[in-house]
Amino acid sequence: MGVSTLKDVTAIAGIGQTPFAKQLPESEKALACRAILAALDDAGIKPAEVDAFASYTMENTDEVEVAKAIGAGDVTFFAKTGYGGGGSCGTIAHLSAAIATGQATVGVAWRSRKRGSGPRPWTNTAVQLPTPAQWTRPYGLLRPADEIGMLTRRYMHEYGATRDHLFNVALACRNRANQNPAAMMYERPMTRESYMSSRWISEPLCLFDNCLETDGALACVVVSAERARDLRQKPVYVHSAAQGLPAQHHGMVNYWNDDPLSGPSWTAARHLWKSADFGPDDVDVAQIYDAFTPLIPLSLEGYGFCGRGEGAAFTEGGALETGGRLPINTSGGGLSEAYVHGFNLINEGVRQLRGTSTAQVPNAATCLVTAGEGVPTSALLLRS
Amino acid sequence: MTSPQNELLQPVPDDDGAPFWEYAARGELRMQACAAEGCGELRFPPRPCCPHCQSFDSEWRLMSGRGRIWSYVTAHPPLLPAYAALAPYDVVLVELAEAPQIRLVGNLVGNGNGNGNGSAPKPRIGAAVTADFREHPDGLPLPHWRLERP
Ligand SMILES: [Zn+2]
Repeated sequence: MGVSTLKDVTAIAGIGQTPFAKQLPESEKALACRAILAALDDAGIKPAEVDAFASYTMENTDEVEVAKAIGAGDVTFFAKTGYGGGGSCGTIAHLSAAIATGQATVGVAWRSRKRGSGPRPWTNTAVQLPTPAQWTRPYGLLRPADEIGMLTRRYMHEYGATRDHLFNVALACRNRANQNPAAMMYERPMTRESYMSSRWISEPLCLFDNCLETDGALACVVVSAERARDLRQKPVYVHSAAQGLPAQHHGMVNYWNDDPLSGPSWTAARHLWKSADFGPDDVDVAQIYDAFTPLIPLSLEGYGFCGRGEGAAFTEGGALETGGRLPINTSGGGLSEAYVHGFNLINEGVRQLRGTSTAQVPNAATCLVTAGEGVPTSALLLRS
Repeated sequence: MTSPQNELLQPVPDDDGAPFWEYAARGELRMQACAAEGCGELRFPPRPCCPHCQSFDSEWRLMSGRGRIWSYVTAHPPLLPAYAALAPYDVVLVELAEAPQIRLVGNLVGNGNGNGNGSAPKPRIGAAVTADFREHPDGLPLPHWRLERP
């Protein structure tokens, strides 16, 4: 067997999205179709050429529905990645692997969600899984914010992180959203006072440490690098891709191993960098999954931008802002653009490397995109 | 078994976890341990086989009931209605003295009789706690935790 690699073999050739809002009138299926058709149009590829689909769980619109609605051809690859927001980058990884190995030629990944107007998943008590819910939910640890809040309090205790560090994250995302007309928080600036005086959700996490609730959909088109060079958009190459499920990991309630604070990002990162031609110091801009502000310092450590316990301090001095050491979430992220399970981070990574972001990092040539930390995760290194 | 929206959630055990709740109902804190000779590792959550030696033999080992608070949160609404009625309330994560890598989610209770979560002491990271198997005034499931030095 020859040595094979995904490095720069495929590229994201098209991106599409719907508006983001607290409430959109159309169904998730209609929003999915709009985003996918927009992405195909962006790439200049006909829907009949699509022969691969990748999505992630908690997506209610499946391949059969999407394929027949958009007019896809014969589909020869379809895959679904688990763990909600942990699967976002996994969709691109799976499409890349399928295209690199000749199983398909034109892949579509998408996310459609009506979380703004629909119910919060944690309010459904009927579908709670016995493992691990039996150990946590009866005692009132009900929501993702409670589960991550537990890790956050410990992180603050161990490493001297403060609410100001979490504010640094929330502010960077908000500032970028204020530059992005598509962002839900476009016209809503944040101050330290408004952050500090917002209501608690699960102490130590306040309202602005939590992502938005959004209706909206996004999609990407993945093709071979060779094909991408002949299309209308500047290719954005998938340089490296990884998934991460650490040994003895337990998902959002990662409380039952030696080191709950080193989560899936550490595992994904080891594989991601091993397959890459560059390292963390060479990343021009990053789109880091931000369902909650503390996921940023934890991910900064996991992906090697700083040492263990240094993630909070890393956020100081405007490091995450435009012109800082590592500009992040340049469309506003899940905290301030839209929370569509992290897919907006992928599209923004593509815009940065095309040079079309509303908060463009000058000459950005490399971008890290991550999926949910705190659950089995995935990540991409993109380059222009 | 599911609970109506206006009631506290009761544990919905799986096959592996059921013995924990049966022992808890009898006032015992027991953890699943490997029963293979030369291994004996504790594991949590309970599962069919041992991740250290792959043995399917297990036993339920009695714990001292002592531990330390590793972390905690204070939950505020929006919450399920029955929990919103108790809010704000603290949820603690207790690392067991015998196995610090096992951290049980729970609630603190006061030392006197009839103290609800509302009058429970404030958690502190590192504080020593002991398992308490009295019925919780708010109807939360066993076990609860009591501060050794409130
Ligand atoms: Zn064993």
